[in-house]
Amino acid sequence: MVEFTLWDIVRNLLLAVRWTVVLSLIAFVGGGLVGLALLTARLGGGRASGQAVAGYVQLFQGTPLLMQLFLAYFGLGLLGVDVSPWVAAGVALTLYTSAFLAEIWRGCVDAIPKGQWEAADSLALSFGEKLRHVVGPQALRIAVAPTVGFLVQVIKGTALASVIGFVELTKAGTMITNATFMPFTVYACVALMYFALCWPISAWSKRLERRLRRAH
Amino acid sequence: MRTEPGPQGPCGAETRAGNGQASSAPIVDVSGLRKRFGSNEVLKGIDLQVRRGEVIAVIGRSGSGKSTLLRCINGLEVFQEGTLQVDGQPLRHGDAKAMRALRQHVGMIFQSFNLFPHLSVGRNVMLAPTLVKARGRGAAEVQARALLARVGLAEKFEAWPDQLSGGQQQRVAIARALAMEPSVMLCDEITSALDPELVGEVLKVVEGLADEGMTLMMVTHEMNFARKVSDRVVFMHAGRIHEMGPPEQLFGAPQTPELKQFLSALH
Repeated sequence: MVEFTLWDIVRNLLLAVRWTVVLSLIAFVGGGLVGLALLTARLGGGRASGQAVAGYVQLFQGTPLLMQLFLAYFGLGLLGVDVSPWVAAGVALTLYTSAFLAEIWRGCVDAIPKGQWEAADSLALSFGEKLRHVVGPQALRIAVAPTVGFLVQVIKGTALASVIGFVELTKAGTMITNATFMPFTVYACVALMYFALCWPISAWSKRLERRLRRAH
Repeated sequence: MRTEPGPQGPCGAETRAGNGQASSAPIVDVSGLRKRFGSNEVLKGIDLQVRRGEVIAVIGRSGSGKSTLLRCINGLEVFQEGTLQVDGQPLRHGDAKAMRALRQHVGMIFQSFNLFPHLSVGRNVMLAPTLVKARGRGAAEVQARALLARVGLAEKFEAWPDQLSGGQQQRVAIARALAMEPSVMLCDEITSALDPELVGEVLKVVEGLADEGMTLMMVTHEMNFARKVSDRVVFMHAGRIHEMGPPEQLFGAPQTPELKQFLSALH
């Protein structure tokens, strides 16, 4: 039987961490941009676009990410579209993240007193100017903590992409366990690596919050 | 700048002649204005013409529709019937460009100040001119400093809104509204949120504006101030203009039982 050293395990997990990071970045960037577009549609569009966004948010908040991954992978396959696990995971995570971010940010915008909008209205600011210069900066400050909190969830949520055959950190851990029969060591390493990804982000968020408070 | 009276412009015998005096045309022209919140009609047909340079005090019980009327004039409230023009600019809801044009003619000061807390005092005043009037930063800063000096806050340019007292914040709000060089200034109970000892400093600034010929419409509970500063007092009751006239007449010889009751309840 082949002997595996701790370094063998760690090295292989580190290679897999790359894909967790890339997948998370896709979810952050894609979800952030789509979420921002959804937020703008909800705030600035008419009734119909507001309801459409609300429906979208309900749909993705009300179904498990696991199902969304399955549907993106196998569902599109049934329609004759050949999707790789990469595309399926990227699309599912982007849509999922965008729905949650749109809702989190809408809450932050709602928390800004109505008088701020009215004062900006009275000064003849356009919708875009109100959002960019008056409401946005104030909403941003309160959005940092819940946004980062959710992004940390997304990093851990990428583990679900393993079910459609995407080899990221969790999937790699399972594969290495099957080869080494050292589940405790392997999964402990996996957990530590997730922590090493998430903890600095949380710490950075606290710093950012403090800085935004001081800037004001 | 003169604009032609629109199709629904001031009708009747006295349309503006091309070479007539600007002061003859009302700067604010409200006619047949009705406003409903659901089934509750809060303004039941308001007709009001305000001349350039006139100071109007709007008084009345809470719920009489006086704040709503004021908020209709710059489009913060949508009304269902009637027409409204400011400086020849008709109010058209849903037309973002027309709203933006109209709002450049109308300044508003709120009960709760509504300064932008994330911007310094100077930037609060500079924001709208730089964005809406595309004024350069330098010119906007010169103007902001001059306006802050005018409201007695020259040294607060770099301060943050939350470092100021209520009276100071309200004076910044006045400077911010003035920066857009409006033709009309709306004041919505601007001293109601202030501690009594801070009311005077704000009223002094408003009185200064009136003396300089600014057209003012103010909803107020400061009856002494209304009597002293205004040219005309509008008493609103149950969604209508119930009584209107010069302050001596309204305060000295109220005609309707509602106004008599309203005035006696104040003492």
